[in-house]
Amino acid sequence: MSGLGIWNYLIIIFLMMTGLYMVISSSNLVKKLIGLNVFQTSVFFMYISFGYISGGAGPVFNENVELYSNPLTHVLILTAIVVGVATTAVGLALSIRIKESFGTIEEDDLHKMDSSL
Amino acid sequence: MNDHMILRVVGKFLIPYIMLFALYVQFHGDFGPGGGFQAGVIFASAFVIHTLLFGVRATQKIAPEWILRIVASGGVLLYAGVGVASLLLGANYLDYNVLGAYPVAGQHLGIILVEFGVGLTVTAVIMLMFFAFAARGEPEGDAS
Amino acid sequence: MIFEQLIDIFLLAFLAVISIAIVRIRNVLTAVMLFGIYSLVSASLFMLLDAADVAFTEAAVGAGISTILMLATLSLVGRDNEKPLVKKKISFLPLIIVLVTGATLVYGIVDLPPFGAADNPAQTHVAPRYIFQSMSEIDVPNLVTAVLASYRGFDTLGEVVVIFTAGIGVLLLIGGRRREEENTDE
Repeated sequence: MSGLGIWNYLIIIFLMMTGLYMVISSSNLVKKLIGLNVFQTSVFFMYISFGYISGGAGPVFNENVELYSNPLTHVLILTAIVVGVATTAVGLALSIRIKESFGTIEEDDLHKMDSSL
Repeated sequence: MNDHMILRVVGKFLIPYIMLFALYVQFHGDFGPGGGFQAGVIFASAFVIHTLLFGVRATQKIAPEWILRIVASGGVLLYAGVGVASLLLGANYLDYNVLGAYPVAGQHLGIILVEFGVGLTVTAVIMLMFFAFAARGEPEGDAS
Repeated sequence: MIFEQLIDIFLLAFLAVISIAIVRIRNVLTAVMLFGIYSLVSASLFMLLDAADVAFTEAAVGAGISTILMLATLSLVGRDNEKPLVKKKISFLPLIIVLVTGATLVYGIVDLPPFGAADNPAQTHVAPRYIFQSMSEIDVPNLVTAVLASYRGFDTLGEVVVIFTAGIGVLLLIGGRRREEENTDE
């Protein structure tokens, strides 16, 4: 494998793990959602990297072009991005409701309230 | 935002062009990058700018929530309806070949209708979401 | 070609730096703004990897709508700084989990097919059919649209329904019932 590919995949894994770390260790719910989005974006990169052909053109038909990158991965990720923002919005709405009911979106405080009930 | 006259004027000037660009993205999606998903988001962002400039109540007067709900469900219905239409014409679900006089024409018609449905739903849902978030923070007195 | 590769390397490094900054920063508002930058850089990277449609979507959705929604949320929940973790609860468990998972994945990339090769398994099965037959079957120059709306129309129908359902969910959660709740409280 070429150095560029290894660099690509290493960064993808790095981003994925940063997102995972944020989801596990952040106490703020909004920041957890940012972590989830970072994780999600790393998966997008992975798909697009798989579909990429070096020297290929973007998947718009042109008579002079023989080599196209894979349109299938683009389709999957394109829809996933929009679905991702919709689900993120649900998560943000949930955190607003939590703030209104409990007065905080810090997970530690929420746990304390939960155990004191 | 009353003090930011320049922002208001320039922002208002931008809104129609954003909408026009969204329509271009929607209907040029067959030939270049674009399609219903992107166009929907761009069209909604025109209303987001309007909200930022004039407040959510003013925008909700232009685009009332009940219309957006109908549009959101109408988009899904249009998409699913194209599938049902191809079923009734004797083909598989969402097989557009039978929609036109010859297969390629049917494919064109089907793709345009389906992308339009996607665009409607995405626009309306993103706007509904944004209004829900924005209206939550508004003082209640402004509602009337 | 070499120029593109340099931009690729640079942008990926930039992404990594931004993600570290998001993790380290305590101010949630700054984290949200950094996430907006992160999305924009990702969009450039998608463009570089020949995925114009994806770049388009990511720029409009990730950098635009996501950031706006997060900012709207922050205006409602308050942008207090994230509280530092309670001292005695600080454990290295998350870091260990992340490192172990990451190491496993890094071990996994050894077996991946070469990056950007035209004969990768991902390019040899269904993609050639989409690329070479769609002009005669569908006659839409943008192959992404052809696959999205026609070959995988059922898939996309599902995605649209998911978006619609998410919209219903948001409306059920925070859609304009607050006034009644406050009235019952009085």
